[in-house]
Formats: sequence, structure tokens, C-alpha cells
Amino acid sequence: MALAAVVAAIALPFLGFAPNRLLSGRPVPLWNAVQGLGGAVALLPGLVLLATPFLRPTRFGLGLTVAAGGLLTAGLVWLAGAQAAALAQGVSAAARTSFASGFWVMAAAGLLAAVDAARRLGLGAVGRLTVGAAIAGLVALQLVSGHLDALSILKEYANRRDVFADAVLRHAVLVASALIPTLLVGIPLGVAAHRVQAVGRAVFPILNVVQTVPSIALFGLLMAPLAALGAMLPGSGISGVGPLPAVIALTLYSLLPIVRNTAVGLDGVPAPVREAARGMGLTPRQIFLRVDLPLALPVFLSGLRITVVQAVGLAAVAALIGAGGLGAIMFQGLFANALDLVLLGAVPVILLAVAADALLSIGIAAATHRIGVLPGRSAP
Amino acid sequence: MTVAGMAPREFLTDRLMLGLVALVALVLGMPSLKPLFATLYPGLDRPLYEAESFVRLTLDHMALVGVSSLAAILLGGGAGIAVTRPWGREFRGLLETVATMGQTFPPVAVLALAVPVMGFGSEPALIALTLYALLPVVENTVAGLDGVPAPVLDSARGLGMGPAEVLFRVELPLAAPVILAGVRTAVIINVGTAAIASTVGAKTLGLPIIVGLNGSNQAYVIQGALIVAALAVVIDAGFDRLAGWLTRWSQR
Repeated sequence: MALAAVVAAIALPFLGFAPNRLLSGRPVPLWNAVQGLGGAVALLPGLVLLATPFLRPTRFGLGLTVAAGGLLTAGLVWLAGAQAAALAQGVSAAARTSFASGFWVMAAAGLLAAVDAARRLGLGAVGRLTVGAAIAGLVALQLVSGHLDALSILKEYANRRDVFADAVLRHAVLVASALIPTLLVGIPLGVAAHRVQAVGRAVFPILNVVQTVPSIALFGLLMAPLAALGAMLPGSGISGVGPLPAVIALTLYSLLPIVRNTAVGLDGVPAPVREAARGMGLTPRQIFLRVDLPLALPVFLSGLRITVVQAVGLAAVAALIGAGGLGAIMFQGLFANALDLVLLGAVPVILLAVAADALLSIGIAAATHRIGVLPGRSAP
Repeated sequence: MTVAGMAPREFLTDRLMLGLVALVALVLGMPSLKPLFATLYPGLDRPLYEAESFVRLTLDHMALVGVSSLAAILLGGGAGIAVTRPWGREFRGLLETVATMGQTFPPVAVLALAVPVMGFGSEPALIALTLYALLPVVENTVAGLDGVPAPVLDSARGLGMGPAEVLFRVELPLAAPVILAGVRTAVIINVGTAAIASTVGAKTLGLPIIVGLNGSNQAYVIQGALIVAALAVVIDAGFDRLAGWLTRWSQR
């Protein structure tokens, strides 16, 4: 009961005092956006959400909170779309309706409530991802159906449909092309650092310093030598700007988590397990592939998760040196003071990072589960 | 161990001291490198960024990082302490979830989103940097306070210490190394993000880089990048030193 009261204390100011408006040059309050039965229905989950803290924290109550939080978020998006369409009638096509702080605060509150309740329910990585995918699906459905087309961010999207698709692809290609050399170099280096201490002592300080240098500075510092190299080798396509310095910098940043986690993961394999494998007559190669690798996999995958999430963000900065990608849209918006363009660039970057994080979390959960089932049974 | 007490050899191989000397030399001596940049880039009309002095930019950069980090330490440390008290336990899961999820958001994207929400300028950059720096501080404060062994707390209470005394004389000193690690992560990220904050209208060391990139002036880019890189390395080495002191102090 005390618990319910405290949760209410967080929940109430979150929603009660939020500035409920949708801004479009002049602010549009929430109550103006709620028109007719549809609008009221869209906000119904919000009322449920306000009531849930007073319910007993049973599985049902928590499940209800998850559903209400998710539906509230989707409902708010729907309302915004409906209101934008209503406002767009009878005005010029250049009119813009954007999300404002009230929307962000309420949507964040809805999502947080859902996430928190999902955590209390004890949902695993897969369960949480299902909830996330369901909420994303509800919003995606509105996107596809064209319900949100009158919102400014989608008007920007409609104006540069081709550019946007290219940017997303380019962004993913940048991250992937940094990941390949990282894995090719990083995994052997990690194995070497695990086996020979001197390698670790030599490699980690260097990688740590690289990780410390701000991305924009590293991009800048790579420019000059690459430009000089390009001038020396005309026709080689080497240049100080564009994707090449971006991929090099991204690879340098990505190495630390991969090398470190490969080494730490292998260090964590208990010696008795290796002994036992040797006693069973496994060759060193078999021990590495069948004992070391699966046991070190969860730690390695969390390194990969850090790397990919970090690379998605760094690739956005790389747009400053002409590498393209979603960052290019974002910075174009910042330099031209086109705020909807900033959103069109920044929001997908965040979504990409969150999606990569979620997918790799599932991988980590699966890898942990596997070793938990196999050797865990024989462990004391 | 003071600077004065250091042997000359020790001083020369010390990463922090070397970095500091290099940083100060770069910031103060950049104008005297003008002939060098003029020789390297003969095609440039203005081989040295002179719109603002590098001293001014460095100080502004450090102020932005310092203020945002300080705010993050106070707010994040406070929140971390609050959720580890009996009365704040309810909020703990939520705070941890937010801290973990928030850190998957790329700092650049958070910075860019500050503009549609708050507009251009130093203040939105300051708020974005503070928000982002909060996350590692909160995470490590909670982890650090959590790591204080229960028997230690029990014996402190057995000695008749009140809750505040236990917090300030037992828990915080023992958790300090872990909290410091979070602060270090936050500050290093902020040094880099503050440089990018030049794109949202804050005057920092990123300005010569951005101006140079937009105007194809590679000399500007190198000048800004060298100083930012040196600043980050020096701050990191400083935290290294601080962590060493703290470990020795808490083991005493």
C-alpha cells in the first residue's frame, strides 16, 4: 500500500503538471486537440495509468500499467496526427504542426511507466522487446496509414524521401564497414591480450587514449595525413574528407570494447573447466572452440553492444567531415535552423541505437542462457 | 606527492604533467605557429583561426564542461543517494532503467534534440550536457553505495553513528572510487560533446573545427582538434591521478 502511494507520488506530478499543449507557432493546448469521441478514447489509457498506482501491484495491475503506458504513447501520437490534419485544413501547405514539450513529457511519462512496470513484472530481454515492438508497431501503423502525414517531421520526410532512405542506408553501411575491420583485428588482439600479458600492457593504454580523444578532434586530426596521402597518390581515391576517415576513426574507437571484452571474457573462463576439457582429451583447438568461445560469448557480446551503439552515434558526427548518413540531415537542419530537419535526422539515430542495443541484448540473454543451462547444471 | 617533490626524471615521464605542458603550450603558442600553418597550407588566405583567441575558447569550453559536470554530480549524486535510502527505494528501479536506457542515446543526438526543444545557444547545450552527464554519475553512485558491505554499515551504526554520519563518513568515502569513475566517464564524454556543441551555437573549441570544415580550411580544423584532444587527454590523466590518490586514501 505504501508502495502504491509512493508510485502515485511519482506518477502524479509527471502527468498532472505537464504543460499539455502541442505547439505550432502558437501553442495548441491538449484540450483543443481532444475533439470528439476518438480523442477521448486516445487519452483513456492516461486515466488508467493515473489509477494503476492505487491498485495492488499484482501481475495483472503491472500488466495493465504496461498496456496503458504503451497505449497512451501511441494515443498521443494519434492525437497529434489528428490535430495536425485538422489544423492543416484551410491553411497553406507550408503550415507546420510540430510536437511540443507537452507531448514529449506525456509520451516520455507513458513510456517510462510501461518500462518500469515491465521491469517489475520481471520480463526478460525478449519480453521487454516484445512490449517495445508492440508500442513501436502501433506508431508505425499510423505512419504507414498516412495518419501522421500532416505533422511537420513527415512533411520534411515527404520532401526528401529519397535522401532519407539513402541516409539510413549510408549510416548502416558506415557502421558495418567499421565493424568488419574491428572484428578482424580486435578479436585476435583480444585473444593475444588474454594469452600474453605483455600484449595487453602494450595495447590497452593506446586504445584508452584513443577512446579519450573526442570524435570531432580525431576526425579532424585524420584529415590532414589522409589528405596528404591522397595528394601523394593521385587516383587512389584517398581523401581527407568523406567515408574513409570516418571508417578509420570509427574502427579506432570500436577496437577498445571489442579487444577488452574478448580478453576479459576469456580471462573469466574458470581454469578447472579448461582442465576438465583437457582431461577429456580435447585438443587445444577443440577447447578454444567448444569451451572458451561459448563461455566468453556473453562478455564479448556486451562489448559488441557497446561498440555498435557507440558507432551509431559516432557515425552521426562523421557527417561533419562529409561521410553522409543521418548526421548529414541533422547537421543540415542545425546549420539552416530547420528544426524539423534536425528531428528527422536525430530521432532515427536514437532509434537505430536503441534497436541495436535491444537486438544485442537478446543475443546476450540467449548466450548467457545457453551456458547457464549447460555447465551450470554440473556446477556446485 | 607534490609537483615540487618530484624528481626531474619523474616529471618528464609523467603523462599528466607532459600533457598539461603540451596543452598550455598549444593554447598560448598557437598564434606563433602561424608561419608554420602558412607554409603547410600556402593556398589559405588566413592560416590561423583568429576570430576568437584560443585562450577564450579553451576557457569557455572548460566552463561549459565544468558547470554541466558539476550540476550532474550534484543532481546525479543526490538522486543516487536518495534511491539507496530506505525512503527512496521505490524510485530506484525507475532511475536505473532511465540511466541504462538513456546511455544508449548517442550524445550528439541528445544535443541536436535540445535545439528543437530549447532553441540555439549555450544554455540548451549546457542542459543537454548536464542531462547526459547525469546518467553515468547516477549509475555509478548507486553501484558504489551498493558495494559498501553490510557488516561495515552495521558496525558503523553499532558505534552510534546517525544516518547522516554513516552516509558521509562511511558510505561516501568507501563508494568514492566508483563514483569518481562515473564522473570521469561523464566529463570525458562532455569534453567531446561540448566541442560538437559549436554546431548548436555554443562558443567552444569545436568552433574552429566547424568553421574550418564548412570553409575547407584544414588549418583551422587542425588547430581546434589538437587543443581539444590535448584537453581531453589531460583531463583523463588528471582523473587517473585523482583515482590513484583516492584509492590510497581510502585504503589507509
